[in-house]
Amino acid sequence: MIISIASGKGGTGKTTIACNMAVSIGHDVQLLDCDVEEPNAHLFLHPIIDNIKTITTPVPIVDEEKCDLCGKCVEICQFKAIVILGDTILPFHDLCHSCGGCELVCPVKAITETGRELGEIEEGHLDGLQFVHGRLRIGEAMSPPLIKKVRTYCDADKLAIIDAPPGTSCPVIAAMKGTDFVLLVTEPTPFGLYDLKLAVGAVKILGIPCGLVINRSDIGDDKVMEYAKETGIPVLMEIPFERKIAEAYSRGDLIVEIMPEWKNKFQELYEAIKAIVY
Amino acid sequence: MKELVIISGKGGTGKTSLVAAFASLSSNHVLCDADVDAADLHLILDPQIKKQQDFISGNSAFIENEKCIQCDICRDLCRWDAIGANYEVDQIECEGCGVCVHFCPEQAIAFPENHCGEWFISETRFGPLVHARLKIAEENSGKLVSIIRQESKTLAEENNIDLMLTDGPPGIGCPVIASLGGATAVLIVVEPTVSGKHDMKRVLQLANHFKIPALVCVNKFDLNIEQTLEIEAFSQKNNLDAIGRIPFDPQFTKAMIEGKTIIEFNNNSESSQAIRDIWKSLEDRFQLREV
Repeated sequence: MIISIASGKGGTGKTTIACNMAVSIGHDVQLLDCDVEEPNAHLFLHPIIDNIKTITTPVPIVDEEKCDLCGKCVEICQFKAIVILGDTILPFHDLCHSCGGCELVCPVKAITETGRELGEIEEGHLDGLQFVHGRLRIGEAMSPPLIKKVRTYCDADKLAIIDAPPGTSCPVIAAMKGTDFVLLVTEPTPFGLYDLKLAVGAVKILGIPCGLVINRSDIGDDKVMEYAKETGIPVLMEIPFERKIAEAYSRGDLIVEIMPEWKNKFQELYEAIKAIVY
Repeated sequence: MKELVIISGKGGTGKTSLVAAFASLSSNHVLCDADVDAADLHLILDPQIKKQQDFISGNSAFIENEKCIQCDICRDLCRWDAIGANYEVDQIECEGCGVCVHFCPEQAIAFPENHCGEWFISETRFGPLVHARLKIAEENSGKLVSIIRQESKTLAEENNIDLMLTDGPPGIGCPVIASLGGATAVLIVVEPTVSGKHDMKRVLQLANHFKIPALVCVNKFDLNIEQTLEIEAFSQKNNLDAIGRIPFDPQFTKAMIEGKTIIEFNNNSESSQAIRDIWKSLEDRFQLREV
């Protein structure tokens, strides 16, 4: 089973939920941190890294000897990633989406592909937990291809927990698509609710069952709870605001480390999700 | 024309609450909500929309079944595995590259433009706001960010306004990169947590990569004073000005629920005073005050 943890709004507690749940289950579990722009799960889990891999995406290089400047590559490219300037053909690797169109369309086979670095994938472990995260290269604009690469580490025999990036556009979709359940972490504030509604919209488009965790459940108003009731989205966990939890988080400690009684609650959360999915 | 972009790397550190507070302190500015993915500034500013425009960007492939001869060329060439079992294009996977459209021997693939959202020019009690709504699950957020920043700039120039305050998106990817180019400076709002510090360093690297001057302020500083000191020490070591500390204050949430900025909600609170000091420091640094 694959559970993705998403939120719409940033900073609601996705990583907290993902890490505490993974550690509470403890065995046959993977944590895949797909927030490749700002991966944080490793700061709480301190996994032993066994393997680091550089991930690239194909981009064109042009053999100027062969190129006769016919312009067919410029025409097919939807992303303005290859242009003719005077008598030079110029690929812009940062803009390239790696569709391969220019190479396919070149009548004189002047285009081959090299790689643009997207970032790194680090793989590691912590007791019975397998850990994988992606780390987007600074300056790289496109995170979905790296997120999809992290997703390929999902092991069908294990529970995979995916820590998704915030937002509701392509990076989140890449992290949630094809997962069995989306756990949406929100807070009971106007920003939390507004962004939650957007996130639910994204989950609906993908047709995945979802449930809510309301974090800092007593800091705001009742509107998130009312919304959950109206829409029939189950509230699977509420975590009240406690300075102790906030301080533990700030140090990089897990809730289950400082309050072991929460381990049961995270296991129950997993059981509740299983009951919905199966 | 000066533009200050508020970013954070990590989400939820208080960017939007801080921009809203700045809006109530500054007298002459254009506000720009560049977090088009999950735009929240309007929830405090209650904008009256004056102009609305569709955001059209990119194309998507659609196979016309009556023309399709199921030759599978599109499927073989598509690098996104977007061609489904029944020769329908998975619109979520389709990158809009047009390779299938070009190579289809039957010209059976249509390639219409995408309607990806809307952008707005609005009036608020704190002056004009340019904002947008990217449709859920859409791409091209960077392009939309570029459009609304350009529109904000034009609006400011037309009205002789010398300052743009831009609420940036979280992360370091496409929309953040689109938020930075040409900015006068970025203010990184960081929380004193291991995540906050880690993410600040990455977004700072991004600002350095694009040679945009960066400043730092620590929000909820008293949640972990050790982390706050580490962030400030790191800033000093890296020639990065740490221009203030804002205490942890539940009144931010209360203000948000009432649709107010923290300054409007309680002008005398410690947090409001801290934000005023930060704002004054920004005014001095960038000569924002009107003479």
